[in-house]
Amino acid sequence: MSQLVYLVPLFPLIGFLINGIGWRRIPKSLGGVIGSLAVFASFCVSLGIFFEVKSDSFHGPVLVQLFEFIHSGKLFIPFSFQVDSLSSLFLLIITGVGFLIHVYSTAYMHEDEGMVKYFAFLNLFVFSMLLLVLGGNYLVMFIGWEGVGLCSYLLIGFWFKNRDYTNAAKKAFIMNRIGDLGFLVGMLLILFNYGTLSYQEFFGKLQGTQAAGISSDTYNWIAICLFIGATGKSAQIPLYTWLPDAMAGPTPVSALIHAATMVTAGIYMIARSHVLYTMAPMTLHIVAIIGLATALFAATIAIKQYDIKKVLAYSTVSQLGFMFLALGVGAYTTAVFHVMTHAFFKALLFLGSGSVIHAMGGEQDIRKMGGLGKKLRTTQITFLIGCLAISGIPGLSGFFSKDEILAAAYAHDPVLYYLAVVAAMMTAFYMFRLYFLTFTGGFRGTEDQAHHLHESPTAMTIPLIVLAILSVIGGYVGLPGVISEHHALGSFLSSSVTNISEHHLEASTEWMLMSVSVTVSVIMIIFAYSVNKKPDFKPATGFAKVLENKWYVDELYDAVIVRPIQNLSAFMERFAERKGIDGLVNGVGRSVRWGSDRIRMLQTGQVGFYIFVMVLGMIALFAVGFFWVKL
Amino acid sequence: MILVLLILVPLITGIFSFLTKGDGAKGLALISSIITMAISAFVSAGNFSAPMHFITPWIPNLGTQFSLLADGMSSMLCLLTGIVVQVVMTVSWNKPVEKAGAFYGLMLLSQAGLMGVFLANDALVFYVFWELALIPVYFLCSTWGGEKRIAATFKFFIYTFVGSLMMLAGLIYLSMQNPGANSYSWSNIMHAGSSLPASQQAWVFWLIFIAFAIKMPIFPFHTWQPDTYEQSPTPVTIILSALMVKMGMFATLRWLIPILPQGVAFWSQTIIILSIIGIVYASCLAIVQTDIKRMIAYSSIAHMGLMSAAVFANTNMGMHGVMVQMFNHGITITGLWLVVSMVENRWGTRDMTKLGGMATSAPLMAICLVIISLASIGLPLTNGFIGEFMLFNGLFQTNSYYHITFMVVAGLGIILGAVYTLNMLQKTVYGETVKMKITKDLGSNEYLGLAIIIILIVFLGVYPKPLLDLTSGIATALVP
Repeated sequence: MSQLVYLVPLFPLIGFLINGIGWRRIPKSLGGVIGSLAVFASFCVSLGIFFEVKSDSFHGPVLVQLFEFIHSGKLFIPFSFQVDSLSSLFLLIITGVGFLIHVYSTAYMHEDEGMVKYFAFLNLFVFSMLLLVLGGNYLVMFIGWEGVGLCSYLLIGFWFKNRDYTNAAKKAFIMNRIGDLGFLVGMLLILFNYGTLSYQEFFGKLQGTQAAGISSDTYNWIAICLFIGATGKSAQIPLYTWLPDAMAGPTPVSALIHAATMVTAGIYMIARSHVLYTMAPMTLHIVAIIGLATALFAATIAIKQYDIKKVLAYSTVSQLGFMFLALGVGAYTTAVFHVMTHAFFKALLFLGSGSVIHAMGGEQDIRKMGGLGKKLRTTQITFLIGCLAISGIPGLSGFFSKDEILAAAYAHDPVLYYLAVVAAMMTAFYMFRLYFLTFTGGFRGTEDQAHHLHESPTAMTIPLIVLAILSVIGGYVGLPGVISEHHALGSFLSSSVTNISEHHLEASTEWMLMSVSVTVSVIMIIFAYSVNKKPDFKPATGFAKVLENKWYVDELYDAVIVRPIQNLSAFMERFAERKGIDGLVNGVGRSVRWGSDRIRMLQTGQVGFYIFVMVLGMIALFAVGFFWVKL
Repeated sequence: MILVLLILVPLITGIFSFLTKGDGAKGLALISSIITMAISAFVSAGNFSAPMHFITPWIPNLGTQFSLLADGMSSMLCLLTGIVVQVVMTVSWNKPVEKAGAFYGLMLLSQAGLMGVFLANDALVFYVFWELALIPVYFLCSTWGGEKRIAATFKFFIYTFVGSLMMLAGLIYLSMQNPGANSYSWSNIMHAGSSLPASQQAWVFWLIFIAFAIKMPIFPFHTWQPDTYEQSPTPVTIILSALMVKMGMFATLRWLIPILPQGVAFWSQTIIILSIIGIVYASCLAIVQTDIKRMIAYSSIAHMGLMSAAVFANTNMGMHGVMVQMFNHGITITGLWLVVSMVENRWGTRDMTKLGGMATSAPLMAICLVIISLASIGLPLTNGFIGEFMLFNGLFQTNSYYHITFMVVAGLGIILGAVYTLNMLQKTVYGETVKMKITKDLGSNEYLGLAIIIILIVFLGVYPKPLLDLTSGIATALVP
């Protein structure tokens, strides 16, 4: 089965080609069916691969080499795929959640003119993400890495007539490119020092580094460069600002970007490179700090947003921060666990918000919603499950993964734990603020909208229900140590990635940590309820205004980076190019002309003047000759 | 003999073209370009085993003979020339030109010159073809160009002419070091050059390199380029940017690096720094352009900057990358110019700020433009990525204390490249629809031309092996 792994990305590629080439002739509903079936087929193959990897007869990673990609001199980089427990788990998440999003899209995008094109892009997105996780070396990963950047560009700017949307698309691509440069430098450093990009060879050589005499600086730098790539793709400080703007695309696209694909790439990359990161504790420290800072920072912004998708976007940034915190404290499998549970509940929340927006006729401002629960019963219940899961209420998936992160942070350094709990508190608050403002209370929209309110069609509600079920049960593959000795996910992943072992927490400490985080979450939910029972939306002042404006980071980047580059370029155009170089070239031309004009004057025709010049010249020659010899 | 055909076919059809009246020239040019492309494809395909030679006496008194050689690099560039000229002829099929006979005649003569440059194995033959390729371009630009064509042609002429003369002086100087029956043959020139003392090599280097640096162009010898590209008619711009620019790169690899190794070693750090300044500088200038042609001109300077930096990095990987990128850059930029000329035909302007909504009014053209632009910024799985990755890799491995700095600063080019290219896409492809003068999406000949380009972009991006195999021997010969 694992030899057939190329089928997994092949199906979406075929779907992309069919829909992409026939986008004007294929009827809309057929386009949706083709797109969804392609991903479903990949899901089936992925399932087969997953069970094969899970079985006892599977030993170590399987490398499938498709063809020779770059071969130059001593360098040989094949186009190869690597199947192991880590990649097979990601395959399931991507194709599984991806398929549900495709099904949902068939209904959500039905009104849209460009539906076939949309499914083509969606398939391409899944294809790129599959390349990213399947790659057997960093170069194939990089192909997918830039590929998802391209697809996000195409999908964020899907409604291309709107200037703001295309701006958001451009921003996403360029910010990703900044990170990609880091990734590229990291790859070149690996090639330069180790002469290979294949994971297995690189990690093998890495563990023999001391013998090879390569200093620890080198692999620290490699780890940092790759991490810069991850901050771009996974929206961490300082390259996070593209993700909230990425809301411009159709809502299912947001679900795809935030849950199944793209933003998890950075987590995957670090988990994949855990051998490297474990050897570079200094870099791990940076990863943990950036992750925690992002988790806190994004959570503060989410508190004051009024766009339903913006709140969810900042919550993604914050949750990704949690995952990086887990990676930073060496709990790699925990981060992957949170990727999985987060994929379930974040896809659920985004698709739920899509259902709300669909019902509200495109309205996204939660100030104009309220009381939607009466009309959108399924959406309300599933959304509530999503909120409970992300807030870490016991029994739901988010609880298990988040608790594991908190415990790992505590074991590493209690300060990290306290700060992470603050971020978790804020999460519970803003999620339930969103929930209460949207689904409870009285309706605050127009008459027209109130009349129009309806539950979404089954093609949209079924994915919601499936994701809600997964959001509940998804956590039981990773029970905390105090409940069960057996961590199903951890032992499954152990063949490809294992945590740095910290000293084990006492059972009583673990119970204590759990109860603290649950208690604060519950308090925050109650607090959110009491604050938003009678919402009033005064214009924000003071600190609240800063939060509402996202700490003015966009404005800061604009003033410090974007505008100076533009001004410098305009300056160079005007002075260096036109006056400087061009002026010099033209000046040389002019001065030759001017000089010739003057020299022409010397040809006076008077013999006396000629003799005078001749004598002068001879004296000069003698003088030069005389002093030259002397010197 | 087959190598001579590569030059003779365009040369003879070019001369005949002057005599034709009306549409005849167009047909003649198309047929000629297809035949030439077929021959060049044959030469490239046959080249996997051994290089081809052709030698016949020419002017024995001067110590020169008509000697041609098609190794991997030469045949690759001949193939590029064949493909690009053929695509240009196909796409401009239904665009009426004044004095068509002369126009196509000059185009074909220039093609003959290019083929000669890429095949020459004798310094005088090389020089003659170098001029043969350039002179028609002066006429093409000054007769069929835009409003400011005379000033632009004059600037172009001064720049290239100064360079050519210095190169000629340099080649004569080298041949005189080792006089004899075949004193201009490549091997003799190489022998003469490499046995010069280092201090002499250092100044002969500039004598020869200036001409190449102007053609590439390397910062700060580039200011002729945006003006000339802007003012030339698009088919000529394509010849200039896709092919003539490669002349400079090719000449550096064939007539400079092996000939003056110590001179090259002495100046390489300087050239790398100039090239890298050029990348950032040209990229920044590209950001502020509103004319699409000028923007592409500056982006081309940035791309060539990376290639020349990699050449002087003196690594096997870099050399190999340059070979591959010469071909890929030629294909990609041809595609860009083609779309630009279609835009100009339909909307009557190249000013981005006055364009928009191509995705609605001409969706096929929009898709082509997006794909070609992505290749231009080196997205993986397009041809642009392979070359760029190898170039960065080569630059990174260079034997210099500053190799990481070089690479990172040059890498800024890929970020800035995304900035200006996506800006251009946003302004032309997306947004509200701007009314077209001729409301028509791609015509079938335009479709065919762009399809060839896009198929090459994707094929070589996914499976670059043929191109890599064709040139790996030459790269190894230059830097083991």
